[in-house]
Amino acid sequence: MATLEQVPDSTEALRRALTQVDPARKRKDVVMRVLVYLAFALAILPLVSLIWSVLVRGLGRFDGYFLLHSMRNVFGGMDAGGAYHAILGTVLITGWATLISVPIGLLVAIYLVEYGTGALARAVTFFVDVMTGIPSIVAGLFAFSLFYLLVGPDSRSGIVGAVALAVLMVPVVIRSSEEMLRLVPNELREASLALGVPKWLTIVRVVLRTAVAGLTTGVMIAIARVIGETAPLIITVGASNSINNNVFSGNMMTLPVFVYNQYGSGLVACTPGDASCIPTINYDRAWTAALTLILLVMLLNLVARGVSRLFSPKTRS
Amino acid sequence: MSQRIDAKDLNIYYGSFLAVAGVNMSIAPRSVTALIGPSGCGKSTFLRTLNRMHEVIPGARVQGTVEIDGVDLYGAGVDPVAVRRQVGMVFQRPNPFPTMSIAENVLAGVRLNNKRINKSDANELVEASLRGANLWNEVKDRLDRPGSGLSGGQQQRLCIARAIAVRPQVLLMDEPCSALDPISTLAVEDLIAELKSEYTIVIVTHNMQQAARVSDRTGFFNLEATGKPGRLIEIDETATIFSSPREQATEDYISGRFG
Amino acid sequence: MASPTLTSTPHPAAEPTPPGASRAKDRGMDRGFRYLSIASGVLILLVLAAVAAFLVVRALPALKAGDAISQDVGWIGAGQSLWTVIGPLVFGTVLAAIAALAMAVPVAIGIALFISHYAPRRLANGLGYLVDLLAAIPSVVYGLWGVMVLAPVLQPVWDFLVRWLGWIPLFAGDSNGNASNPPRVLLTAALVLAVMILPIITAVSREVFLQTPRLHEEAALALGATRWELVRMAVLPFARSGIVSAAMLGLGRALGETMAVLMVLSPGMLYSFKLLVASQQQTIAANIAAKFADANAMGVSALIATGLALFVITLVVNMAARAIVARRKDFSGAN
Repeated sequence: MATLEQVPDSTEALRRALTQVDPARKRKDVVMRVLVYLAFALAILPLVSLIWSVLVRGLGRFDGYFLLHSMRNVFGGMDAGGAYHAILGTVLITGWATLISVPIGLLVAIYLVEYGTGALARAVTFFVDVMTGIPSIVAGLFAFSLFYLLVGPDSRSGIVGAVALAVLMVPVVIRSSEEMLRLVPNELREASLALGVPKWLTIVRVVLRTAVAGLTTGVMIAIARVIGETAPLIITVGASNSINNNVFSGNMMTLPVFVYNQYGSGLVACTPGDASCIPTINYDRAWTAALTLILLVMLLNLVARGVSRLFSPKTRS
Repeated sequence: MSQRIDAKDLNIYYGSFLAVAGVNMSIAPRSVTALIGPSGCGKSTFLRTLNRMHEVIPGARVQGTVEIDGVDLYGAGVDPVAVRRQVGMVFQRPNPFPTMSIAENVLAGVRLNNKRINKSDANELVEASLRGANLWNEVKDRLDRPGSGLSGGQQQRLCIARAIAVRPQVLLMDEPCSALDPISTLAVEDLIAELKSEYTIVIVTHNMQQAARVSDRTGFFNLEATGKPGRLIEIDETATIFSSPREQATEDYISGRFG
Repeated sequence: MASPTLTSTPHPAAEPTPPGASRAKDRGMDRGFRYLSIASGVLILLVLAAVAAFLVVRALPALKAGDAISQDVGWIGAGQSLWTVIGPLVFGTVLAAIAALAMAVPVAIGIALFISHYAPRRLANGLGYLVDLLAAIPSVVYGLWGVMVLAPVLQPVWDFLVRWLGWIPLFAGDSNGNASNPPRVLLTAALVLAVMILPIITAVSREVFLQTPRLHEEAALALGATRWELVRMAVLPFARSGIVSAAMLGLGRALGETMAVLMVLSPGMLYSFKLLVASQQQTIAANIAAKFADANAMGVSALIATGLALFVITLVVNMAARAIVARRKDFSGAN
């Protein structure tokens, strides 16, 4: 200690050494602390702003009428129209996507956990990871090209969109299912096999049944992930103002595309004095549809959490 | 360089759990004090209050005073960061920074306070510290290689070199040899004997022969029962503790282990 | 463990059907189930190969058309070929993604450090969940928010940047020396992208930070390190490769994101670094979504060709990110 000699009272010197940290270091520590807290605030800011805007601008039209009417015969600044056709389309297309991706995803997960060894399993694991990174628009192009070659140029329909969404869903389902299946203790498998139950039955009756809550949660979270996808649906399903409940033919509306289309329709040029014409009607509908979409996603997430809490094997036994 | 340490009525908590109660201890400058006792008796916990490392664990706190040369480490205005600079510590498992070279590891603490230490000063300090830790001859040809490439015993001596490079007042060692082989242990014990001339050393050990070999005074910690706080049963000259302890518990512990 | 089909005496708990028939049926089912699950694994590889193959097949007409393509495709100017338009699109895509990454990475590292090393333990998990919520919001809602709420707020900020930092080419103004109004410029789109990729970068970095060995943290503290010095000495060196792969995953997301760019950015087809001027750049994904509905056969083919480029770019970025993660796992496993 350089200061030790200069100060007569060495206790005083020690006290100083124990209370003073180099002010430059102190300052840097405080500055970095502030920056780190600020970074967190910076992330929360858009979240709060976004949810606030959606609520403030979307709640006004969020009612039974909006949820139960389509956009058929709605034009100009009419105070009418809703998202029923879009909600229906989203439910149908996401439903089909789930129907396609869950069996495949589950079987791949079973392969990886129960059978997979060697190069094939490693390749599958690696490419599932890579698949999570496929841009959604490329998934849309793939589904479009696939059906173009299968059924020709007029292939635009709900099922094409469902295939595109399934491509995006499969890796998510595989990842979560794999994780859940690995949580099933090996003792359970061995106990079942030791009783002479064949392996496939062991997997179906013991492994899957034990993991069912986790599997359900994973699937719901995967649905929540793709239900807001827009770009692939613009390409594969297009848009429509009317109700279409046939996924195998014709354009369909979906909630995310509805948000995009309503926004794209822009302001309405109303004749002055026309009280029944609302200039911002398209934007209003876009915000309300956005609110509906967010509520749908949150609902799926909440139900997923509920399922995992209610049906986890511990509470059942 | 070295100072005396006085702990007075020290109670150590983890949250609401009282882990160590009522410790009074005086440690003379330039001496080695060994702390022994069964697992969970609080000797490591006590050691970590001497450089305020205890409070790193969430919820951990301390009542009472720890004075170094009359300055309370827990007094108003005392900065734990400054305390740890004055009271160095060596851990149970050697922990050199894996991304730093041997020389950088030695300088790690120094660079915190003195960013622009010039090259020749730095080289001198590295050599002096490594010599002080009895490691210089083994590593002088590979100072720029990663510290994690050394053997366990060498790594531990590197950590000691790192601790003494900042010229602390006190050196704390928390079972420094428990992860080492016998030969490395011997090297570290020899080093402790040499460092005594400059530093006040407090060492926690599970190994009673080691306590007998390296220390001037020995403190025995014990635990009445699980869930009860650990206490300092007695502290005395090492020779006295191992030949004629005052307390029956000390005698039982020592004879049980030696038998 | 012995295969259950080899047990000589069927256990009473097995199928109640006659022993012989049951064993044969079990063996068949076992094999069938096994093949089914392996086939699904192979299917994944096939799907990925098919994505590439179909895109190539559909892109071929445009790739072979040369500069005759401008006669069929409106958005490709006379005398230009597919190659001369893919260039600016790739440029715009990469520029937007890198701008987003440059904004998101420091903030994400800050958030991850906040959760792993600064916030009180009790709050940390809840606060982390809040950041994860950002990932749950659909991209189209981000686009809507970006263009209608964020952009007006940013206008004065961008003006300020042009006025004081306009000498930096990135922040140069338009011919009048202003930032474009409305600010449907690349930096606005990149900012929305940055918010969208924050959760993934944060989540990966947070995991790595939390894995910092306690040994090294204590070593730093015992040398008298402040909190920040602890982070510098023990946490960041340990997490370096983890941060790199987190950033690469974020980059992969940003490259492929469509809606935020489509709704926010006013497109152009230039090799321009001007982040604050409208109608300069466009990204591949947004261009596809904007042009696809009205495209004729050759137009679709051209768009798919650009999509193929995007696919390749994201594939390379993601594979690199995964490879870094995997190598890291091996490394820490060996220790």
